[in-house]
Amino acid sequence: MASTIVIKDVSKSYGKKIVLNQINLTVESGQIFGLIGPSGSGKTTLVKMIVGMNRPSHGDVHVLNTLVPNLNLMQKIGYMAQADALYGDLTGEENLRFFASLFKLKKEEQKVRINYAANLVNLTAHLKKKVQDYSGGMKRRLSLAVALIQDPQILILDEPTVGIDPELRQSIWTEIRRLKTTGKTILITTHVMDEADKCDRLAMVRDGEILASGTPAELKEQYNITSLEEVFLKAGGKKG
Amino acid sequence: MRVLALVKRISQQMIRDKRALALMMVAPLLILTLLDYLLTSETVTPKIGVAHVDDMLIEQLEEMDIAVLTYDDIEDKEQIIIDKELDGFLRMEDDNIQITLKNANPSTAKALQMKIQQAVAAVSAKEQANKLSLFIQQIQEKAPGNLIELEQGKALEIDTDYIYGKQDTTFFDQLSPILVGYFVFFFVFLISGIALLRERTTGTLDRLLATPIQRREIVFGYLLGYGLFAIIQTIIVVFYAVKVLDITLIGSLWHVILINLTIALVALSLGILLSAFANSEFQMMQFIPIAIIPQIFFAGIFPVEGMADWLQVIAKGMPMYYAGNALVDVMYKGLGISDIQYDLLILLGFAIVFILLNIVTLKKYRDI
Ligand SMILES: Nc1ncnc2c1ncn2[C@@H]1O[C@H](COP(=O)(O)OP(=O)(O)O)[C@@H](O)[C@H]1O
Ligand SMILES: [Mg+2]
Repeated sequence: MASTIVIKDVSKSYGKKIVLNQINLTVESGQIFGLIGPSGSGKTTLVKMIVGMNRPSHGDVHVLNTLVPNLNLMQKIGYMAQADALYGDLTGEENLRFFASLFKLKKEEQKVRINYAANLVNLTAHLKKKVQDYSGGMKRRLSLAVALIQDPQILILDEPTVGIDPELRQSIWTEIRRLKTTGKTILITTHVMDEADKCDRLAMVRDGEILASGTPAELKEQYNITSLEEVFLKAGGKKG
Repeated sequence: MRVLALVKRISQQMIRDKRALALMMVAPLLILTLLDYLLTSETVTPKIGVAHVDDMLIEQLEEMDIAVLTYDDIEDKEQIIIDKELDGFLRMEDDNIQITLKNANPSTAKALQMKIQQAVAAVSAKEQANKLSLFIQQIQEKAPGNLIELEQGKALEIDTDYIYGKQDTTFFDQLSPILVGYFVFFFVFLISGIALLRERTTGTLDRLLATPIQRREIVFGYLLGYGLFAIIQTIIVVFYAVKVLDITLIGSLWHVILINLTIALVALSLGILLSAFANSEFQMMQFIPIAIIPQIFFAGIFPVEGMADWLQVIAKGMPMYYAGNALVDVMYKGLGISDIQYDLLILLGFAIVFILLNIVTLKKYRDI
């Protein structure tokens, strides 16, 4: 398996504050990789770095064997930001169409992809509504649809299921797994432990460092416990 | 292509934002109309009281559009001026004329004083001439024989020609070209600046930068998107000013539109640039007294040549200085393209510098 994302010795600081400290991480192609950690641990910072929105202070990130940041690479990455960044005065469909044209999709393809993405997140009936009239969950779903619009090879989802009801969360996970079978690589951040179990591999982040990584089973075994939540507490506790 | 996507999105947003549209398209018309009424309204006839003044002077004063009320004698000039709402009082004492002016409004008082002086000068000139002819007549009576026919003396009349404008040109005629340009500048600045600011504060700029869009595509998308509305605004404002308010336009209408479009480009690029240094809409408003209002003072309302040297240096750093110059040249003086090309080029220079700075400033958010 080829490595899709390779993070080597990455540190990031804002002024004196060190947000990421010597991160090493490899995400293999076709994996669902979970970054799990409490809020403020540096997940969003790391994820934005992979997309190419900010540069590491030290170390480097390669995606698909290309040094990040790189504009061509962005075409291949579908990014769902933690905070919904949508145009409230436009309809759902207009939002999708706008992003589709930023990725230079052809007219026909746009139509197909908009239908696909909207259907996936159950928004087809609401496409003509202005986004400012959407509920929080609907906005989250639209953000996911935007991330999928150009049929990207890599999906980077920053806390995608926050504010989404359990039923839809279930269907989103089903889709994430289906996307995986089509060969996509998916990096997902979460602070919800039960979602971690659904990942192929995990990395636990705390205070800008990776405490542990491996498959969920490996982690449980390594720490000799059954729930990941406990792993987290143990791993975190060990560090003090 | 991505630029067009941005243009399309901006147009959709703008068309839905009725308030912003009204601010851009209607507000300048309202202000221009109001100013038109304020500055071209008929000047009221000044009213003065007189005492011990001879009829010839009264006649002369009335000829000069001054309403004259005659009093026999007065105790207290000031009281009468205030009670009867006079603008001044004129009184002969021996051979002296004493003028009391209310001076509630210095500029109208000055004008009144001028008129009175002119009237007095005209009357005394006539008197001199009369005395002279009387004198000659007397000489001739004493020494008959050679009759000298003497022409009746006449007070000098002044004929005034104007290079620019005409006798009934008002302050508004000279001011309005500047205002037309200034409103385009102001409203385009505000709307485009706030738009990009909002893009940033709602996080959509970040989201945009997670797509393969180039920084310059964002800048050009914004310039074009809001540029379209600026073009519409410019055309509406210029046509309204010229066709409805009947503002003096001696030069070409197309040159006026060309100048205003250049102004809009400068305002757009400046608005977008400054929005990068504001974190809220209120902070954007804080740029108005610093970067926008002072421009009007240097746009030609006050003659820049008369300013202190350092002020003249400041003036030349302001886009509106060149814009005002060009607009007055075309609209009021009727000059052609060769007289404004220099101003236009400098304005374009401003725009290019601002655009380049914009592209660099966006690095703050994504450095490729
Ligand atoms: N632009 C920034 N400037 C300064 N500090 C920042 C910036 N972005 C993030 N941080 C800090 O980095 C830390 C990690 O933030 P973040 O990556 O958002 O964590 P998470 O996504 O895990 O909640 C936080 O303490 C946050 O305050
Ligand atoms: Mg986060």
